[in-house]
Amino acid sequence: MRERTKNRNDKAMKESPSRREALKRIGATAAVAVGAGALATLRWDRHGQAREASSQRHAIKDFRVPPRTDLPTMAVAKRGTDPNSLTRAAIDALGGMSRFVAKGDVVTIKPNVGWDRSPMHAANTNPEVVASVVRACYEAGAKHVIVTDYSCNEVQRSFQRSGIWKAAYEAGAEVLLPAEHQFRTVAVGGTVLGEWPVLRPIIDADKVINVPIAKHHSLARFTGCMKNWYGLIGGRRNRLHQDINTSIADLAAFIRPTLTIIDAVRVLVRNGPQGGNIDDTREMNTVIATLDEIAGDTYACELIGENPERVGYLRLGQQRGIGTMNLKQVQIREV
Amino acid sequence: MGSSSHDQKQEPSHVRPIAIDDKGRVHLRQASELSESAAVSADKKTQAPKRRRPSSPPKPARKVILMLRWARRISQGLFLTIFLVLLFETTFRGSFSADPQATVRLRGPVEAFFLFDPFAALLTFLSTFTVYRGLLWSLVVIALTLVFGRVFCGWICPMGTINHILGWLLPSRRGKGGKRIAANRTSPVRQRVKVYLLLASMAAAVAGSAIGGIFDPFSLLVRSIGLSFMPAGQYIARQTHERLEQSGVRALSTMADGVSDALANVVWQPSQFFYHGGWIIGVLFIAVLFMNRFIPRFWCRVLCPLGALLGFLSRYALFGMIKRHDQCTDCNLCLLHCQGADSPQGGVKWRQDECHMCLNCESACPEDVIEFRFLPGRESTISKPDTVRRTALASTAAGLVAIPTLRATGLLSIPFDAKRIRPPGSIAEKEFLDRCIRCGECMKVCPNNALHPALGEAGLEGLWTPVLIPRIGYCEESCVLCGQVCPTGAIRRFTEQERRGQGQPPIKIGTAFYDFGRCLPWAMQTPCIVCEEFCPTSPKAIWLEDVEDVKRESKHGDDGSPPAMTTVKLQRPRVDPMLCIGCGACEKVCPVVDEPAIRVTSVGESRSNTNVILLRENPKG
Repeated sequence: MRERTKNRNDKAMKESPSRREALKRIGATAAVAVGAGALATLRWDRHGQAREASSQRHAIKDFRVPPRTDLPTMAVAKRGTDPNSLTRAAIDALGGMSRFVAKGDVVTIKPNVGWDRSPMHAANTNPEVVASVVRACYEAGAKHVIVTDYSCNEVQRSFQRSGIWKAAYEAGAEVLLPAEHQFRTVAVGGTVLGEWPVLRPIIDADKVINVPIAKHHSLARFTGCMKNWYGLIGGRRNRLHQDINTSIADLAAFIRPTLTIIDAVRVLVRNGPQGGNIDDTREMNTVIATLDEIAGDTYACELIGENPERVGYLRLGQQRGIGTMNLKQVQIREV
Repeated sequence: MGSSSHDQKQEPSHVRPIAIDDKGRVHLRQASELSESAAVSADKKTQAPKRRRPSSPPKPARKVILMLRWARRISQGLFLTIFLVLLFETTFRGSFSADPQATVRLRGPVEAFFLFDPFAALLTFLSTFTVYRGLLWSLVVIALTLVFGRVFCGWICPMGTINHILGWLLPSRRGKGGKRIAANRTSPVRQRVKVYLLLASMAAAVAGSAIGGIFDPFSLLVRSIGLSFMPAGQYIARQTHERLEQSGVRALSTMADGVSDALANVVWQPSQFFYHGGWIIGVLFIAVLFMNRFIPRFWCRVLCPLGALLGFLSRYALFGMIKRHDQCTDCNLCLLHCQGADSPQGGVKWRQDECHMCLNCESACPEDVIEFRFLPGRESTISKPDTVRRTALASTAAGLVAIPTLRATGLLSIPFDAKRIRPPGSIAEKEFLDRCIRCGECMKVCPNNALHPALGEAGLEGLWTPVLIPRIGYCEESCVLCGQVCPTGAIRRFTEQERRGQGQPPIKIGTAFYDFGRCLPWAMQTPCIVCEEFCPTSPKAIWLEDVEDVKRESKHGDDGSPPAMTTVKLQRPRVDPMLCIGCGACEKVCPVVDEPAIRVTSVGESRSNTNVILLRENPKG
């Protein structure tokens, strides 16, 4: 206020600014005009397609290892009741973990931790089977083993109560509980699945091992390895059930794991996929290691007492060449 | 400007040992400057009352007081930290070391601040004539107040600490001097408001509603930080992460991943939470905090009913202050630093019920005027809250009649809003309102973000009480955490066995109903069983019927003929109301996102004997 009064009293006040000040002011005007123009031109979305182009797409690898004719495609361990030795026996019958995991590999293990259920309910993979696979990976020289799944029920609770968090952690794995920032969008390129967010560890991994549990499912009748991939994707998964068979086949064709180990130590024969009643489970004391997901699912499907012919996605997967339902064509070793 | 002239009027005419410069800063005058201006003023105003001349140099405060002031600051920092840690831990974080068979519980009493809260204890005592479980701890704070006065406000309360910090940070440089002194003078009109609020809350509690809990400082904090600021913070963090991710620089995105992981594991939870109407809570909180710019500790001085309650108790305090008025030079340094606006300055009586025991006044006093001690003389102390009797009576009466008036709608017996779904373990609505202090603990702890602060769902009286919104999150079937954290027993403690119903009917919070016109298998001949898949009861409350139905192809025949009719096999879902527990998992996962084809309403809730449908209960046992 004081300044203004002073100016008003200053008789020598000029009508126009000095040359220096005029240049400064014109310069500032020009700089702002040029800056705005340059920025807008530089970032001009002329055809209005910038949004589509900017969305990042990630790809996932084919994790399979080269086939070997001297070793079986599938091994079924069913001697004994100890999940750890069953798992070991099945892996060893396929040539041991060193066939699949190379020194320095980052391995992602995908068990089924879908539900807030204890191991006795057979709704999630047996924790001892998961731990056994983790240890086998480290023994084969893996640098880092990650165990992850996107649970249907609340995640913390599901991981803790399934026993998989504790078992995998004690075996030395990093247990990654999915958080929103850990999903990346990939192009699945399936018949019904286009772009979907998937859990980051599957993008970064060198090898992927699928460790599902064999159980009943109210819509698909049976689920094992192929349906287990539902747990790697985020987004609104509840839409997938409108065409569950095609969605499962899409995902199975998209993610080709290094190895699949199906836990059939205790299986859920009714009220799947969630169970909740011990009466719905049955002890089978079997662990299946397989390179052919369809053959593995076919075998496990018979174990829970379901006819594989009635499981739509198995036929669909066979048509797409993911594997075969004809177990006679598969080299199986029972140990 | 107006206030500074007002300031002048109140100031005595003799020379003060502090000066306020034109930027509003306060400093001590130099001794030479003092004697000089004193001489001038003595000349000019010969009638000025004789006043002690300030000592020069100023006398330092007692060592013990300076140390206690530091102890107070440490205590404030410590309790604020504890409060925030407890708030961050008010969520279930699983553990790699936990036994799978172990029950899922929180690791400690995250609701501890409420247990020590005499206001929460008093309200529920008045409404139920009992002191619920851990609320007995509030006796500790009562005892503390009976000995030391309102030390809780000055040394412990996290809301007090936040206000304390903001009262120091927020004012402009100008507002820190003379304006601050003016703002720190006791304003009886303002400061009485909290007493009226306390009285109205107590009266409402007698009438059967703990609605006064809305003004509880911890309720305010948990609600505002937990339900509004934290979700907003998480959103900002997520957006920042996405930006860094898009930058394509690997180091940046790795760093962002690390930070997001840490935040998800320590501060919030892996998924983004939202709270219904959370912004209203946030805006109100910001408004309360912003008032610190004008009136330091506005909340504590004007609104906090807990402070008012402790003010009532502080009259019995054994610790207090004496003033040696004859030593006072009216420098007002005590006022400049005063937290409670409790008149620490000489010439007036100290307001013990307003004092936060921050000890700033004695530390600041350059003379020997103020001394805190045990069993002080009371000549210059007012220890009772001063209220206008008529207004006090009026607010009590208002509290008493408000509750019956609000209940004249009949909401208690007939829930006309079907969305008033209460958490499991909630007691019958009338008793629930007796106890719910709207602290938001249950909403904060709910692992699925299912519980939300009600706006209109539970009537005006039920503002910010918990309601379940299944569309946002369903009630996890094995979860008992809301009952664990509820400090007042509005949600009683319950076990997994009670929930599932072993030897008794399971706890039911509502019932699911199909909207066949929107359901995929019913209305669109499209397979979908997601509701059945998620239904957690055993046997499942949702059952499927195998049917064949006609469906029209979605394209013309090859020869241009009308679209052909085909037969499709479908499984059509239905609800067994006897088994349904109302958890809302079906509603949450229904792919018809905006208005799900299956919706849960409160009818059939086991806590009510009026909001019922079936004659028989689930006989499960």
